[in-house]
Amino acid sequence: MTTARFLKARDIAPWLEELSTAYTVLAPARHGDTVVFRDFNPANGIDMEHLSATPAKKALLPPCETLFEYKTTKTEEPPYKTAIELHPTLPEGKVLVFGARPCDARAMQIFDRVYDGNQARDPYYTARRNNATIVTLACDHQEETCFCDRVGGSPVDATGSDVLLTPLKAGYVAEALTDKGETLLNSTTFMKADGLKQEALNARHKMLEQVPDRSSFLDMERNLLSLFSDLGFWDKTAQACLSCGACTYLCPTCYCFNITDESHGDSGKRIRTWDNCMSSQFTLEGSGHNPRPTKAHRMRNRIGHKFSYYPQLHDKTLACVGCGRCISNCPVSFDIRNAVACAIQQADAAREHAHD
Amino acid sequence: MTNNPPNVYLPDMATIVEVVQETPAIKTFRVVLNSEERMRAFHFEPGQVGQLSVLGVGESTFVINSPPTRKEFLQFSVMKVGELTGHLHKLKAGDQIGVRAPLGNHFPYASMKGKNIVFIGGGIGMAPLRTLLLFMLDNRADYGDITLLYGARSPRDMAFGYEVEEWLQRNDMRTVLTVDNGTPEWQHKVGLIPNVLKEINPGPENTVAVTCGPPIMIKFTVQALQELGFDDEQVVTTLEKRMKCGVGICGRCNIGTSYVCKDGPVYTLAQLKQLPAEM
Repeated sequence: MTTARFLKARDIAPWLEELSTAYTVLAPARHGDTVVFRDFNPANGIDMEHLSATPAKKALLPPCETLFEYKTTKTEEPPYKTAIELHPTLPEGKVLVFGARPCDARAMQIFDRVYDGNQARDPYYTARRNNATIVTLACDHQEETCFCDRVGGSPVDATGSDVLLTPLKAGYVAEALTDKGETLLNSTTFMKADGLKQEALNARHKMLEQVPDRSSFLDMERNLLSLFSDLGFWDKTAQACLSCGACTYLCPTCYCFNITDESHGDSGKRIRTWDNCMSSQFTLEGSGHNPRPTKAHRMRNRIGHKFSYYPQLHDKTLACVGCGRCISNCPVSFDIRNAVACAIQQADAAREHAHD
Repeated sequence: MTNNPPNVYLPDMATIVEVVQETPAIKTFRVVLNSEERMRAFHFEPGQVGQLSVLGVGESTFVINSPPTRKEFLQFSVMKVGELTGHLHKLKAGDQIGVRAPLGNHFPYASMKGKNIVFIGGGIGMAPLRTLLLFMLDNRADYGDITLLYGARSPRDMAFGYEVEEWLQRNDMRTVLTVDNGTPEWQHKVGLIPNVLKEINPGPENTVAVTCGPPIMIKFTVQALQELGFDDEQVVTTLEKRMKCGVGICGRCNIGTSYVCKDGPVYTLAQLKQLPAEM
């Protein structure tokens, strides 16, 4: 890390206001009883205390976006041939995510491998990604539902961040990790703080010491593979699930989408929207055939994707950052940690049984 | 409109040059891309698929069922089963359609050279097989014995009737037709595909079986092939799942680690057995 600056707590709002002229600024703020990422508005305040209920993923993948617009024209003379023009609508403008948590920032790298990787390149995502700056706030405590430490992260992990903020008394040490971050810290709002680098490091060490010593979910993609054919296990795991999909919409690493058309007379647009693999409609084919007909199939795919399929395809990186939002917001208190731990246990038992 | 780097979601606009009513439920669309340059440069392999768009309604996946050896148009056969296919069926010659193609992998025709081929097609599942069959007939010397078993619900549900007649006449392939429900005029077999397959009893030696049809048909056909002594590597199938992006991102068509839109639609039974049973 090169530059370090100090940001007083009371200077945050004026700084973000200054940035709002050049960026769309997303920051965690109260909305009723919940904290969510919202377009920054001084009147809404900023909540730096609580983990937001929604992740920051909409900065890169909005819940709904237009891929292109189309216009149909008909010739005025018979045989009234039609012509269709397509106009792609690539996103423009810079976005700043302020107050992302380490889990949110890591999640964006999970998107990058899929949307901007060797296999495919999504021009809408790439445009947003190139124009996005991520300011991450290191966590000074873990919620009961947090488990980033078990999936390869930590409460102070800077992966995927342009700036890392470490909370100290009365303010934050801001350290730039990328050129984008350096540019951001040029603002006169900040005080020089190279002398506070050590203090920030100590504070982060202290946070890490609070992380409980518990088992990791890394390197388990093969364990889950061995349970693929055991639909009974998945049936039991998925029993309480309501298929509401809240877990997928609140998950910072879930990136599935749908594409649909909207027409208005002779013109219209093709849009993409977040979609939900826990819904029975997700894989339902036109013929009525459904390759994932039960909750058990769908749960296997969701957990399998995060802890087995994605790691197999992307250098063992899990597609779960342990933010725990799916746990704290599930209407039936489904706990993905238990499901994964059970899968490990079951696979270990099966292996031992095979050796007997 | 700039298209650099290519926008994977943007269809090529194309003109329907001909519509063939195959059966009461199936129509074949022959289309030509509006850009002459794009049409000339269009390269695809047998078995690859495309997304067809009716603007304002949406997109769905269909195999390009003309062979790459015949390039005057791209052909797609569509069974009317839902909203998009219903709208497609209303289109006529001269109408505009969006095409995102080619997508996915293709039949391993190179490794099939010198081998006997058994095609087993059910209903609209004949469409992808037709591509490979025509490709092999256009390169006939490269392949051994060719057998086609094609089944449909009833005689009037058999697509590509004009070609089926020709295939029946050819002496360099064997064509067996079957229907679930016969009519007094029906001259061919009556019975389910897996049963007829066992009856015609193709030998597995130096042979590849290629099958496509409804999932239930594929399931029992695979069982019949195993009973006949075919190994998992000798059975090839093509799966057309519900897809959206077509490039392995949107997460709808995966079977475990494999995305049917880019790693498929063509798989050997050996490959499918490595994946969760979600056909």
